[in-house]
Amino acid sequence: MKVRIKFSKYSSMIFIGHLDMMRYFQKAIRRAELDITYSTGFSPHQIMSFAAPLGVGMYSNGEYMDIGMDSITDAEDIKERLQAQMVEGVDILSVTILPETAGNAMASVAAARYTVRFREGYEPDFELFDHLEEYYRQETLPAVKQTKKNTVEFDLKQAIYELSWDKEKQEIYMLVNASSSGNVKPGFIMEHIYHYLGQEPSEFAFVITREDTYTEDADGNLIPLDQITA
Amino acid sequence: MLKDEILLKIEKPARYLGGEVNSVMKEKEKIDIRVAMCFPDVYEIGMSHLGIQILYDMFNRYEDTWCERVYSPWTDLDEIMRREHIPLFALESQDPIREFDFLAITIQYEMCYTNILQILDLSQIPIMACDRTKEDPIVIGGGPCTYNPEPIADFFDLFYIGEGETMYRRLLDLYKAYQASDMTRAQFLHEAGRLPGIYCPQLYETSYKADGTIAAFTPIYDDVPAKIDKEIVTDLDAEAAVYPQAPVVPFIKVTQDRVVLEIMRGCIRGCRFCQAGQLYRPLRERNVDELKEYASAMLKNTGHEEISLSSLSSSDYSKLPELIDYLIEECDRKKINISLPSLRIDAFSLDVMSKVQDVKKSSLTFAPEAGTQRMRDVINKGLTIDDILGGATTAFQGGWNKVKLYFMLGLPTETKEDIEGIAVLSNEIAKAYYETVPKEKRNGKVQIVTSTSFFIPKPFTPFQWAQMNTRDEFLEKAHIVRDAVKSQLNQKSIKYNWHEADVSELEGVFARGDRKLCRVIYGAYKKGCIFDAWSEYFKNDIWLETFAEEGIDPAFYTTRYRSDDEIFPWDFISCGVTKDFLLREWEKANQETVSPNCRMACQGCGAARYGVGVCREPKAGGNLSE
Repeated sequence: MKVRIKFSKYSSMIFIGHLDMMRYFQKAIRRAELDITYSTGFSPHQIMSFAAPLGVGMYSNGEYMDIGMDSITDAEDIKERLQAQMVEGVDILSVTILPETAGNAMASVAAARYTVRFREGYEPDFELFDHLEEYYRQETLPAVKQTKKNTVEFDLKQAIYELSWDKEKQEIYMLVNASSSGNVKPGFIMEHIYHYLGQEPSEFAFVITREDTYTEDADGNLIPLDQITA
Repeated sequence: MLKDEILLKIEKPARYLGGEVNSVMKEKEKIDIRVAMCFPDVYEIGMSHLGIQILYDMFNRYEDTWCERVYSPWTDLDEIMRREHIPLFALESQDPIREFDFLAITIQYEMCYTNILQILDLSQIPIMACDRTKEDPIVIGGGPCTYNPEPIADFFDLFYIGEGETMYRRLLDLYKAYQASDMTRAQFLHEAGRLPGIYCPQLYETSYKADGTIAAFTPIYDDVPAKIDKEIVTDLDAEAAVYPQAPVVPFIKVTQDRVVLEIMRGCIRGCRFCQAGQLYRPLRERNVDELKEYASAMLKNTGHEEISLSSLSSSDYSKLPELIDYLIEECDRKKINISLPSLRIDAFSLDVMSKVQDVKKSSLTFAPEAGTQRMRDVINKGLTIDDILGGATTAFQGGWNKVKLYFMLGLPTETKEDIEGIAVLSNEIAKAYYETVPKEKRNGKVQIVTSTSFFIPKPFTPFQWAQMNTRDEFLEKAHIVRDAVKSQLNQKSIKYNWHEADVSELEGVFARGDRKLCRVIYGAYKKGCIFDAWSEYFKNDIWLETFAEEGIDPAFYTTRYRSDDEIFPWDFISCGVTKDFLLREWEKANQETVSPNCRMACQGCGAARYGVGVCREPKAGGNLSE
């Protein structure tokens, strides 16, 4: 049986990297005494996979991992037992028992929604919000991506499904491609916007929160990873 | 907490965040005493230390005390903290160390001495104890290196000699009285220095002979003891000797990333080079039923996927088969790995190991320590060639084909034959493999990794009188082994590694050093020496330069001949074994005579004064009276 767990990441836990988060959950699952499935062999490991790795320093309200379980009580019980083992900075938001047909978390990821705020002392000292509309209204947004071997030119516009903002709150919202083939990082988009306006952002300027991670349903609509049905 | 900009820039920010599972938070307002427990090395090393976990748990059981942790900031953060004048802070509260009542530093190896100064410096606490005021924390040291605290005596207000479980409560109560009154810091330290096991360096003075050795070491007050007896837990199963059932679980991978179960303290073996074997006498076992409970509770409370036994020689634990049977069953059910270090290789341990590890991937470890029987007799390592070859042969039949061998170079009375014997013994083991395992059953070549370290004489061992080799002698000996390995028939199955010699020489200086070294250590620190235990940061040229500037010859501490009646800097401490016993053992070593272990026959070392543990067991060879 496969179970999908949605969790948040905040406070000082944002500095814990992806591999350490996996180790953290492995130990938490042992403490919670969940009947997780183990691989066979001399060093059995837990059957666990994460949807989309989150960069160090980023907040999230929508992280997902799938675990295999040999037996289950019910979703609410799993959620309570796991939440009881969390430290300040990680909360279990939902537990979903997956239908047999569900694909694995990582392969199903299609998009992610982010909120970008400005770190104190790094607020833009130029008119940013007043130019966002003009920026996003362009037909194409030519961008250059650095891969391991070479640089690739592509149209960033195709990867930004939504872009909105709140000047009052000094917040920018975006829904972007997060699939394995076309993933775009929100920091990259912010940098692209700054460059369009002839500015260079500091590496510490943005405080980024992943609000949720989405998959596509049969009709091609984006739905949160824990909303899938059989 | 450190600013985001700093945390995002440095390596492994989790070293400095606190907030780990099972870390203890308390309300400051309800606390009388704040203790910062420090391991002066990087987080991953410090978090792997069992002693701190035991004391952290003990202190936090006291309602009036909050014990937090602090480790050496790695060099990247160290630089930022100095530049931005950020005071060193404790992990739990993130409050500056200088606001604490105690800074308790565990001192596990000599090469961390400059890191102690880093901790004090970054904490903005005066480096020299004599410069501190009532506003500053009490800086107290503990751990094996405090059995010769003299090279770092100027930096500490107090040292706690021995096992931490026994005397801290009395010290804390005395501290509360000091805080509540107009007692001066000097008065407090004077009173503390009268508690059993507590050594206050400022209360003693040393006079030297013309040749630089000690003429006398005496207290400056009549009411301060001339001799400090180590503290010892007489009943490991008693309430006072609590064991942490829920140790802190780090977010990042640390060196000892597992549950550690201490099964006993002390050792019956009496290897003459080994300091731990003398310091922790007598051997005391923990109750097997309690160990089973601890193991289950710790696994449950941490979620660790591995458990390891801790002791100096696990095979000597009398209930080992019962404990291991329990662990195998419990761990198999919970998919937990068992790691079994310090096991003697015999039929029993091989059987156990084949159950808990993948024979094809794991390796056998032998520590013969010396290459010939003569040399092993000198060091009283009771391992014979038959033990080694017999164990190896049984293991080869069981499917193992990787062997790790550990030896020392530079042991007292060592000859060229002993040195070459390391290569000869390695070859014998390879030969045993090819003779034991028929060609068609071999899983490739046998892989033998032979490693040598350089012998460093330590206080409170029979070899405390020994002359240490020079760096050049060490390297020459390593080259003899290397060449001898090359001339063996099975040389292609043997890989030889040896340690660096520079750092061994410095460790040798500190191990048997005196108070004069404080200014060398401070001097080298001021010139940038830090993390000396890390070869990439060890700056031997700066150390040699500082010795020269201070007019101190390192050879005085290492290669010099010491007469039987020399007063050593550590003679004012009693670790239970007497100097007479150590001298007897030193003489027996020179006569190539072995001594039986504590269970075979009591050797009258002096530890029987505690009347506990192995000293109370009936002996096969009869009892020697004290």
